[in-house]
Amino acid sequence: MTRKQRRLTLIGGGLAVLAVAVALMLNAFRDSIVFFNSPTDVVEKHVEPGTHIRLGGLVKDGSLVRGNNLNVRFDITDGKTQIPVTYTGVLPDLFREGQGVVAEGMLGGGGVFDADTILAKHDETYMPKEVADALKKSGHWKDDYAQRAAMPIGGGSK
Amino acid sequence: MIPELGHFALMLALGLALIQGVMPIVGTRSNDPVLMSIAAPAALAQFAFVAMAFTALAVSYVTSDFSVLNVYENSNTQMPLIYRLTSIWGNHEGSMMLWVSILTFFGALVAAFGTNLPTVLKANALAVQAWVAAAFELFILLTSNPFIRIPNAPFEGQDLNPILQDPGLAFHPPMLYLGYVGFSIAFSFAIAALIEGRIDAAWARWVRPWVLGAWMCLTLGIAGGSYWAYYELGWGGFWFWDPVENASLMPWLAGTALLHSAVVMEKRGALKVWTILLAILTFSLSLIGTFLVRSGVLTSVHAFAVDPRRGIFILGILVIFIGGALALFAWRAPLLKQGGLFAPISREGALVFNNLFLTTACATVLVGTLYPLALEALTGAKISVGPPFFDLTFGPLFIPLMLVMPFGPLMGWKRGDLYGAAQRLFAAAILAALAAVAAFALERGGPVLAPLGVGVAIFVMAGAVTDIAERTLVLRIPFRAALQRALGLPRSAWGTAFAHFGIGVTLMGIVGVTAWGSERLAEIKPGASLDIAHYRVTFDGTFNRAGSNYRDVVGRFTIHRLNGELIGNMQPSRRAFPDRNMATTEAALMSRGVNQLYISIGDPNKDGSVPVRLYFKPYVLMIWLGAGIMFLGGALSLSDRRLRVGAPRPAKSRARAMPQPAE
Repeated sequence: MTRKQRRLTLIGGGLAVLAVAVALMLNAFRDSIVFFNSPTDVVEKHVEPGTHIRLGGLVKDGSLVRGNNLNVRFDITDGKTQIPVTYTGVLPDLFREGQGVVAEGMLGGGGVFDADTILAKHDETYMPKEVADALKKSGHWKDDYAQRAAMPIGGGSK
Repeated sequence: MIPELGHFALMLALGLALIQGVMPIVGTRSNDPVLMSIAAPAALAQFAFVAMAFTALAVSYVTSDFSVLNVYENSNTQMPLIYRLTSIWGNHEGSMMLWVSILTFFGALVAAFGTNLPTVLKANALAVQAWVAAAFELFILLTSNPFIRIPNAPFEGQDLNPILQDPGLAFHPPMLYLGYVGFSIAFSFAIAALIEGRIDAAWARWVRPWVLGAWMCLTLGIAGGSYWAYYELGWGGFWFWDPVENASLMPWLAGTALLHSAVVMEKRGALKVWTILLAILTFSLSLIGTFLVRSGVLTSVHAFAVDPRRGIFILGILVIFIGGALALFAWRAPLLKQGGLFAPISREGALVFNNLFLTTACATVLVGTLYPLALEALTGAKISVGPPFFDLTFGPLFIPLMLVMPFGPLMGWKRGDLYGAAQRLFAAAILAALAAVAAFALERGGPVLAPLGVGVAIFVMAGAVTDIAERTLVLRIPFRAALQRALGLPRSAWGTAFAHFGIGVTLMGIVGVTAWGSERLAEIKPGASLDIAHYRVTFDGTFNRAGSNYRDVVGRFTIHRLNGELIGNMQPSRRAFPDRNMATTEAALMSRGVNQLYISIGDPNKDGSVPVRLYFKPYVLMIWLGAGIMFLGGALSLSDRRLRVGAPRPAKSRARAMPQPAE
């Protein structure tokens, strides 16, 4: 093979791998992307029951009910709209009423959100960015949160 | 007084960095040896001052000087000394200090031990290193000063985030940083070569130990972080495809590619331009990693409350360094001479294959990590890209890489014999097939692909053994002679074999735990028991235990085999930190060979029952064991005489290594 042919083989091989990678990514994007919604979004955008989404907001004060066999029920609110959530499992360490939470799962038939994951966060003063934005949008953002979020409490370096 | 000294030392270090960044370059341009010779002492002095600043911060932590804001916010007199020390880098400001300390330390090492480097290359490389250091020192001084005082010093500090008070965190961030920052040396040398417009095979020999060292630290750092997440977060996952994890994985992938392309460059003088580009990209990915973690642009399980100014500053650093480096590359790379020729089927070909797949896999991780950001900026939609995305892209790209890996070391340089290599791997392939069949027969359930994964893992391990067997001719010549040959093998050959074997071990662990792990979730009353895999776990009850700055509610569990044999007991706990009004889950682990039983509990209910998560994790320890073996392989390779001496080799071996006349 001449030098040129070898180089072309190399470039051709490279492009082929890249093409495969792009195809894989496009395919994966179609199936595995989860959209984030606030409770208001869910109502306004008419999110279909059965669509896998992330739902974020504050855990409504006094809404947490612990049932049998690790079943829990609570409401996620953005101040404007609230959506009841059910979850089976052990709640993350930092789950508390009145604090930000992100739940992943799907909307069931009766308007109840069936969560399969409740996201754990590292820091009690932390407000998930999506939740903060959602609260700001619905006008229920309190300066208190901003103050807490701005407190220079570092996370870890992981 | 001490914090002020530290602050001042850092400013002086910045001044020295500016001198170190400018004077040597002027020297190389005007061919002035005096100006060039400033670089080394400046690098040493800069490190001395940064070390002084870091020590000042450390002293403030050890003596619990709460008049320093950073200490007040992250430390507490109740904390054991070790965690007071690790809280230095358990927060943003301190971890940036650690970053710069390591950066200048490496600069000082180059200055002190790079005595056989060409003067111009050394001067330029140290100057580039100084630019990076100056940028980060400025960043610390302007946006993240750890030495700020509070007017009225409180008596007691707040606490380090309890989840970070853990031995795993003591060494994980420093290891990661050693890795990230170690790649800065490769970056500096690459930029220096571009500035000079000249590069030769020796360049690769000088840079390779740094890349290797950085790669080793990063390997351990990632593995340590993964193990920490596994036992500390209380839900038994070892990898979440979290943006911050991806941030450390990307430089590792690019660094692994760089390690291999540098071999080609060193031995054959080929792939020069590509190696330079990889060196730039690897450190760029380290910088992007720092940006992603420090700016808080991404939501991740690693929550960081951050100041947007910092994000913008780091973004600026990113744009200047990555953009500048790539522009310089586009401008100067055509000057670099092309190297040796090789056929597609050859050792070089195999290494190119490795590079192609590693960088592509790295690109998919990058896309998956940044796509949510781009989409939000463009359309406002908020999405998350979770594990399924990475499983569907990263996995398929890694399998061909694994399959080809054993062939590489068995191929000759320039022109390889694919058929011959395949013949030599025949035994390994048979073994892999048998293992796959055995896995299919013995382990019930699990995905269909799992036995194939086991086969690939065994093939990789057996391939590494084959490589050594072929080199030592063991089983073909008398054992004594084979042992002689084994001792005579270059350490780098052993290094390759170990590192490749380690990959196989890690893969085996990942496949095993993903496919055949089991999980039980229940609320359990004292006296009741649960069965998992071949174990019976009985809950005996809870008791309280006090620690230095926390209180534990401990659950006591007794473990029997299903046939009744007593194995031992496990004590997971809920740990409450009153200073922070926060609790963590302390899981209990019990190792059975490479398998683990894993128990974590939630807060006890009023009736004495506790929510419990029970996992059986088969093969899980192999994940980190493999990383340890990879580290060992790196260490063996690093101890190879060729790299350690670093001096030009004798003419004879040089002539053998490079039979072709320079083109």
